[in-house]
Amino acid sequence: MATPLVVSEVAKGFTMHLRGGLKLPVVDDVSFSLRAGECAVLGGPSGAGKSSILKMLYGNYSVDTGQIIVQHRGMLVDIARAAPRVVLSVRRETIGYVSQFLRTVPRVSALDVVAEPLTTAGADREAARDSAAALLARLNLPKTLWSLPPATFSGGEQQRVNIARGFITSHPILLLDEPTASLDAVNRQVVIDLIAEKKQAGVALLGIFHDQDVREAVADAVIDVTRFAPKKVAA
Amino acid sequence: MSVTVSSPADDTPLLRVSSVSKSYGARTGCEDVSFELWPGEVLAVVGESGSGKTTLLNCISSRLMPTSGTVSYRMRDHTWRELYRMSEAERRFLMRTDWGFVHQNPADGLRMTVSAGANVGERLMAVGDRHYGNIRSTAIDWLGRVEIGADRIDDEPRAFSGGMRQRLQIARNLVTSPRLVFMDEPTGGLDVSVQARLLDLLRGLVADLGLAAIVVTHDLAVARLLSHRMMVMKDGRVIETGLTDRVLDDPREAYTQLLVSSILQV
Repeated sequence: MATPLVVSEVAKGFTMHLRGGLKLPVVDDVSFSLRAGECAVLGGPSGAGKSSILKMLYGNYSVDTGQIIVQHRGMLVDIARAAPRVVLSVRRETIGYVSQFLRTVPRVSALDVVAEPLTTAGADREAARDSAAALLARLNLPKTLWSLPPATFSGGEQQRVNIARGFITSHPILLLDEPTASLDAVNRQVVIDLIAEKKQAGVALLGIFHDQDVREAVADAVIDVTRFAPKKVAA
Repeated sequence: MSVTVSSPADDTPLLRVSSVSKSYGARTGCEDVSFELWPGEVLAVVGESGSGKTTLLNCISSRLMPTSGTVSYRMRDHTWRELYRMSEAERRFLMRTDWGFVHQNPADGLRMTVSAGANVGERLMAVGDRHYGNIRSTAIDWLGRVEIGADRIDDEPRAFSGGMRQRLQIARNLVTSPRLVFMDEPTGGLDVSVQARLLDLLRGLVADLGLAAIVVTHDLAVARLLSHRMMVMKDGRVIETGLTDRVLDDPREAYTQLLVSSILQV
């Protein structure tokens, strides 16, 4: 499991049918691999396609060409071509994802939002809630909020719920889309520590970080996304 | 590099729909629709009014004979049965026990002049339960799961609000532990706050019971919250299909892009 994920020659563009079929190439020839126990960081300016790459790895964006090979249940799965239920199985067991924003579900408490990835994987509900409580406490989310649905939380509070939800599982691959964007220094440090623990546990991480200090603290490798810029085709 | 897509041995579909078409004379209801549904999977069928989604739902739930194509279902004894080769009595038994159908209008799925408890109990009797005490206690348990108080068990659904009626219809459908539930706009016609409660309830029940479900809706937010997989229909045909969040976040077809871009942001 030294390289749990290999991306080769991936290309992606959007066709905007509502704009007269305008084609917007995003990335071309994306090739890299992730190593267990390391955190790789996607580097490059806004609009270079960093988030799009993360979303393709998670099966949230389609892939035009190329392969995204992940080790899943002892087999190799190509995320770019896998059937939806295979992608869901990969998400349950192999690839975790901390998105930029929390998509809240009405009426579900913060504690249960965080515990959900464990309970859907079949864990005992009380044990899952205990793990969720431990993580929320570490991320300094006031205990009075745990039983409330996060829809009314501040940006930073929602982000911490989101981080706890992403870090609670033991997925061998973890994708992080600006997990520290709206956090204060104390909680940024908590996230840096959590990432270090994931590395210790042999997890392969891939992240986008806009904070220079976080990036320097966690990055083992930087993948420069500008090298995947689509080539201008000569007319 | 050769890639094997994982397919565990227990991974057999529950329902196979092959080239199902339905025409009403010269008019097309749905055309050449094929898909498979796995246990525990929730499939949303979306599209605007007239796109053929309800026709499709009726064709695969034995309510409307397709013009061509087949619908096969894997029974509890693992034999595959073709829906429209079963006898009418067998189909009705399937519909009353192993399947559920949640109508948009609860009055279509409930008996409005018998008590809430009897509405739930009736399905249990269809699967052979004859013990009054068991039926009543199971009915109370199910009313509780859909958040209807035990003190309402003897009331008729006529006395219930729209949201309560819809929750009662869901209890009536789920009490026999069906493996497959069809839902036609289950939250249509309800206030948004009532919708949110119902959606949350449905989402929990579907996950806890491991139900397979086919949900017809024109509301993409409902599809996002409830479904794993989505089919987009236009003019009777399936024009795009895939993982729900993929279809909504990265729609490929012109019509899907139009649908997604038409969602009102709050």
